[in-house]
Amino acid sequence: MPLLKNGAVVSDPWQRIVKDEALPAAGPVIVPFARWQAERDALIGRNAPLGVRLTNSDAVGALAPDLDRLEVVVLEFPKFSDGRAYSQARLLRERYGYRGELRATGHVLRDQLLFMQRCGFDSFELMNDQPTQAWVAAINEFTVFYQPTADGRATALQHRRATAGAI
Amino acid sequence: MIKSKNLIGAQAVTANRLGDGAVVFLAENGRWSPDVNASAVAQDAATAAALMAIANKAAADQFVVGPYLFEVSVEGDAVRPLSVREAIRAAGPSVEEREPVSASLG
Amino acid sequence: MYVYDNYDQAFLEQRVAQFRDQVRRRLAGEISEDEFKPLRLTNGLYLQLHAYMLRVAIPYGTLSSAQVRQLGHIARRYDKGFGHFTTRQNIQYHWMKLEEVPDALADLAKVQMHGLQTSGNCIRNVTADHWAGVAADEIEDPRVYCEIVRQWSTLHPEFSFLPRKFKIAITGSPNDRAAVRVHDIGLRMHRNAAGEVGFEVMVGGGLGRTPIIAKTIREFLPKQHLLSYLEAVLRIYNQLGRRDNIYKARVKILVHELGAAKMTELVEAEWQSIKDGPLALPADEIARIEAHFKPPAYPDSPVFTPEFDALRLGDKEFGRWLKANVAPHKQPGYAIVTLSLKPEGGVPGDMTADQMDAVAALADRYSFGEVRVTHTQNLVLPHVRRADLPTLWRKLTELGVATPNINQVTDIIACPGLDYCALANARSIPVAQRITQRFNDLVRVHEIGELKIKISGCINACGHHHVGHIGILGVDKGGEEFYQITLGGSEDQNASLGAIVGPAVPSEAIVDAVQTVVETYLSLRRPEERFLDTYRRVGMAPFKERLYAPA
Repeated sequence: MPLLKNGAVVSDPWQRIVKDEALPAAGPVIVPFARWQAERDALIGRNAPLGVRLTNSDAVGALAPDLDRLEVVVLEFPKFSDGRAYSQARLLRERYGYRGELRATGHVLRDQLLFMQRCGFDSFELMNDQPTQAWVAAINEFTVFYQPTADGRATALQHRRATAGAI
Repeated sequence: MIKSKNLIGAQAVTANRLGDGAVVFLAENGRWSPDVNASAVAQDAATAAALMAIANKAAADQFVVGPYLFEVSVEGDAVRPLSVREAIRAAGPSVEEREPVSASLG
Repeated sequence: MYVYDNYDQAFLEQRVAQFRDQVRRRLAGEISEDEFKPLRLTNGLYLQLHAYMLRVAIPYGTLSSAQVRQLGHIARRYDKGFGHFTTRQNIQYHWMKLEEVPDALADLAKVQMHGLQTSGNCIRNVTADHWAGVAADEIEDPRVYCEIVRQWSTLHPEFSFLPRKFKIAITGSPNDRAAVRVHDIGLRMHRNAAGEVGFEVMVGGGLGRTPIIAKTIREFLPKQHLLSYLEAVLRIYNQLGRRDNIYKARVKILVHELGAAKMTELVEAEWQSIKDGPLALPADEIARIEAHFKPPAYPDSPVFTPEFDALRLGDKEFGRWLKANVAPHKQPGYAIVTLSLKPEGGVPGDMTADQMDAVAALADRYSFGEVRVTHTQNLVLPHVRRADLPTLWRKLTELGVATPNINQVTDIIACPGLDYCALANARSIPVAQRITQRFNDLVRVHEIGELKIKISGCINACGHHHVGHIGILGVDKGGEEFYQITLGGSEDQNASLGAIVGPAVPSEAIVDAVQTVVETYLSLRRPEERFLDTYRRVGMAPFKERLYAPA
């Protein structure tokens, strides 16, 4: 599955641990949340970059104290119609101040890309191959946004107030 | 809407045309017709499956959307849907749609 | 009414361009129907029994005359010359072609209209009291807040893939004409002890398979916290609403399963974290939106004129129309006029393109260019001078929209039903037509008084039958169309759900059954007692007895 990051398809340095298999001696790994909860200390002690993958019913708050130690958090869209990860993403970014890579996996399609990016995702395991321009075009389809998120974009309200000379 | 797994009796295939949404029926030779009486009718499960295969290919080719089998009876040249729903679908709404009247009002 | 600024207009045009490309990709086979379906639903485009159906949003039921004209243009150019007004103050076109919808949306965008979020598992059109801004009993105009919520909910990145649809309604009056208690979130504006205006927040109401009246989770929410509080509710719902069963996925099920107390606790906890963030509404932003809803500068108008007086006293038909279709206005000398889209034998809520053009012209001449859509599928001219009522009445009569039956037995709400809708089990329009034909004596209709019949063609209850004084639900019994009757429903501030009378009756018996119910009421009522009040006093037994009496 291609990994889209910063508008380009990149190679993925991370090794995904599916469940209980042994970790490689070295190298960056992404472990499932259950594994993280069971072996947190050992995982932190391992001298290599660490990531955690949550299911979309896991409470992100449980990761909060350790977010500084994580370089990537992976959130799931089992079907594109299941939008729980959008809330998880916003909470990670806006409530808990997570600054690492936030990756979307699962049913990740072009037409949801902008929503995902606005909620804080910055890398995407794409479900199907499409020209990179299509993905980049998706992010640029709108210039007007009504809701404040942590994506750094000014909302229509903020533009209006700036123009009116308010604040 | 009643859906039974063991449809006995005759069946035909209907769908909507993708581009304009028109109700169409799978006729002989893989054509699609707006006239239910032109439907190809399957009398057994194997033929029904073959018709659906043709229909599904038409869907994959972006010609129709959402094909499905429905029960019919055949009376001479007429193919009659058995359910109220499919009868309305084939014949159009049972209510008269209002003709626009010219309004000579300011 | 709210006028788009360049940001709003730019957004809408970007949305039209986005959908045009999505249609192109679908027709070219670049995306499958499964991937395309939620995209077209988010633009209000359904695939129905006969064709594509486009549902155009009419935010809080308010239209300018230019918009009404454009709706007529859409009907003419892209459909079969008519449109259908719905129970959520929207309009539907039943005969659209997918390949033409991008052009239709572009035409709608020219008058600031769209089909955005009129379908799909997202936040839908925020509805309001159709007398907002002009009703004498109003505390404040709820449309100000409908507009604020509309913007916040438009393509909300976190809440575009909810477990299920989400409907919000706001009333600015203690007399709830917006049915807020049967919405996912209902907001009732009221004053606290200090005299400040804020919102009672009710969550988890709804109709459909599991009709439930909403529960109050907060008695008083100050205005500036409106959006942060809604965001908290939606976030809890997005995370915890059921996703395993579409019949259990609405927020009403979540509230029911958690209990109102637990739901309140979760929402309040989430809200505490966000209430002072960027969603807090600055007073000047509220004022900016309020300015769009200022009432027109009403020229003085006499309450009575000689022509009006003469007609009122001398013409029984005018008198009936005044009594049923004209309501008191906040401004002395003015009136609120309801246009009945329920003529005898007509399709409830339907209007032709020619009628739309005529109504637009009447709005310009008599109502400061403004029209409202009610959730009972009628239209309103909200600012009419009393002195103009005689002339207006004559013109509305010529147009066929002056049947004097508002809120009476022939002012029926009916969903499109099996004639149009792929979800239906039975037809609803012919039942409505036959009832209006049975009750075609206007004198008798007035004698019967207030009686709200609502008909749904299936359990999805788009006809709101659960809250009909008489509710009729179409069911499929052995392949035949049968109708189940409920009594005693109400959608106002004393909301109640109708109770089933007995076994469903076949199509040929339904109109007789309605007549029996009406006659039972007439035989039992006290002077001036409405149907609903008689029912609440005497209960189900007399009705059940007469309906199912052995022949």
